[in-house]
Amino acid sequence: MRAGERYRRRIFRNSMFVAGAFAALAVAVCIDVAIGPGWYSPLEVLTALVSPGSVEPKLAIIVWDVRLPVAVMAIFVGAMLGVAGAQMQTILHNPLADPFTLGISSAASFGAALAIALGIGLLPMGGSFFITANAFFFALVTSLVLFLFTRMRGVTVETFVLVGIALFFTFNASLAFIQYQSSEAQLQQIVFWMMGSLARASWTKIGICALLLALVVPLAWARNSMMTALSMGDERAASLGVPVVRLRLEMLTSISLLAATATAFVGTIGFVGLVGPHIARMLVGEDQRYFLPVSAAAGAILLSAASTLSKAITPGVIYPIGIITALVGVPFFLSLILSIRKETWR
Amino acid sequence: MSLEISGLSFGYRTHSLFDGLTALPLRRGELAALVGPNGVGKSSLFRLVAGLLKPSCGTIHLDGHDTATMSERRRAERVFLLTQHTAMRATLGVFEVVLLAKRGWSGGKARPDDITRVERVLEELGIDHLSDRLVTELSGGQQQLVALCQALVRDPDVLLLDEPTSALDLRRQLEVMHLVRRVTHDRGIVTVAALHDLGLACRFADRFLLLHEGRIAADGPAREVLSAGATSNAYGVRLAIEEAMNGSLMVHADLLN
Repeated sequence: MRAGERYRRRIFRNSMFVAGAFAALAVAVCIDVAIGPGWYSPLEVLTALVSPGSVEPKLAIIVWDVRLPVAVMAIFVGAMLGVAGAQMQTILHNPLADPFTLGISSAASFGAALAIALGIGLLPMGGSFFITANAFFFALVTSLVLFLFTRMRGVTVETFVLVGIALFFTFNASLAFIQYQSSEAQLQQIVFWMMGSLARASWTKIGICALLLALVVPLAWARNSMMTALSMGDERAASLGVPVVRLRLEMLTSISLLAATATAFVGTIGFVGLVGPHIARMLVGEDQRYFLPVSAAAGAILLSAASTLSKAITPGVIYPIGIITALVGVPFFLSLILSIRKETWR
Repeated sequence: MSLEISGLSFGYRTHSLFDGLTALPLRRGELAALVGPNGVGKSSLFRLVAGLLKPSCGTIHLDGHDTATMSERRRAERVFLLTQHTAMRATLGVFEVVLLAKRGWSGGKARPDDITRVERVLEELGIDHLSDRLVTELSGGQQQLVALCQALVRDPDVLLLDEPTSALDLRRQLEVMHLVRRVTHDRGIVTVAALHDLGLACRFADRFLLLHEGRIAADGPAREVLSAGATSNAYGVRLAIEEAMNGSLMVHADLLN
C-alpha cells in the first residue's frame, strides 16, 4: 500500500476516534443524569427528559433543574478545560502546562477569597454572581499579565512558564494570608469554594459557557493547521509562514477566557486540563483537527464521570467534584498509559 | 531573476554581526555554498533572508521586489529556510509533517494532488518506508531528511539550507547534495547551503560565498575562493587544493602551527 493510502486510512481512523469519544461522552452524560440521591429508574428519568409534563412534578424538577444543569455544566467545563489545556501545551511546547500550573486558577481562588472574606468586589455585580465575578476578574487579570509579558522582546517560552509559576506561588501565598485572617465561617466557605463544585451550576452559567465555546471553537478550528505547524517548534512554523507571535496571543486570549470562566463558575478543578490533552495525544497524536476535539471530549468525559462518582460513593451525599476528579482520573490515566503502546496512535 | 542583498546591518544586543553586508546577486539555477567559521552569522543571515529576523537597515530583493514589503505568508511561499536544528518533539507522523508544508492555513482536508506530491518526494529521498512512523522515533539524520522533504514539497523560489547534511551518513550526504543540485538546476531556483564540509561544497556548489567579519569576504567559484588567502585567514588554517584525476577538487586543511 502506498504512503498516501496509509495516510488516508490513518485520517479515517482518527475521525473514528473523534466520533467514538463523543459517543462515550453521550453515554457518560446519560449515566450522570440517571444517578442521584433520589432513586428513579433510567426509564423514568428518560421520560422526564423527553416529556416533563407526563411525570410527577417532583421528578421533572429533579431532572431538569438539578441533575441536567449539573451534567451539562460538567461537560462544558470539562470541554473548556480540555481545550484550554491542549492549546496551552501547544503554544508553550510544554506537556506539563495547563491553565492551573500557570497561576490562572490560583488567581481565581484569590479573587473568590477576597470576595468571601473581605466583601471586596472589583466588578459591579452583586447577588449570586458576586464571588464568581471577582474570581473571573482576577483570573483574567493574571492572563493579561502573562499576555503583556509575551509582548516583551526576547521573552522565551521558558521564561513565560516561569512567570506563570511565580504568579501561582504569589496568589497561593496571598490566599493563605487571607485564610489566616478570616473567621471560621469564612474560612469554611473559602475552602469549599476552592474544592470546586458543580452544585453551583445554573442554566444562566451554562448559557455563558455555551456562548464562549461558540466564540472560541471556530477560531481554534480556523487555526488548526497553524497550531499543528507550531507544535513542530517556533522556527519551523515561522519558516512555513505561520505568524507565531500573533497566533500565540490569539490562543492565549482564548485560553484565558476559557480557564477564567470555568474556574469562576465551578471553582478549582485541576487535572482535567492537564490530562485531557495527554489522553488525546496518545489516541490521535497532535494533528489539531483530531487533537482538539478529542481533548475536549476527554476533558468532558473525565468531569462527567467524576460528577457521577461524586454522587455514587456515599448515597445521599454529593462530594465536591474537585476532590473526585483526580481520584477518578489518575487510575484511568494510568491504565491508559499501560494499555496503549506508543505505536497505537496509527 | 535573482536574490539580492544590499547594505544589510544586523546585530544582537551584545554584539553587531553585519554592518552593511552586500552580496552580488544570486541567480536562479545557481547552487551557492555559504562558508565561514562558527559564529560568523551564517544562520542569522539565513533568518534575515527568510524574514524570521528583521535587519536594522538594508534590503533583500527577490526578483526586484523588496521582501520587507511582502506579507509573512507570501514570503514564506517564496523563501524556505531549512533550519539547522531539525529535531522535533511533536507527536506527529512523518507523512503529516511533510504534508504540513503543503497544506494551506485555512484548515480542512489536504488536496489529493498534495498527497501524491508528498508520496513522490518521500520516495525521492528514500524514506517512504518511514511515512507511518512518529517523527520523535526517528534518528537525527532521518529527521533531517524529513525536513528536506518539507523543503522540496514546498517548491520555493529560494531554498536556504542550514547545514543540510550535518547528521547524515556518507551516502546520504552525496544523495542529498545530488538531489539539491538537480532540483536547483531543473526548477531554476536559488539555493544557498551553509556547509562546513568544504570538500562536499567544492563538489556540488556552483559558487562559494565566504562570510567573515560581518561581510562577504570572498565570492566566486570554489577554486578561486579557496585559494585566496581570505579563506585560510577566516578559518585560521592552512588550506591546500588538489585536483583529483576526475577533475574534482580536494581540500586539505591543516593547523597553522
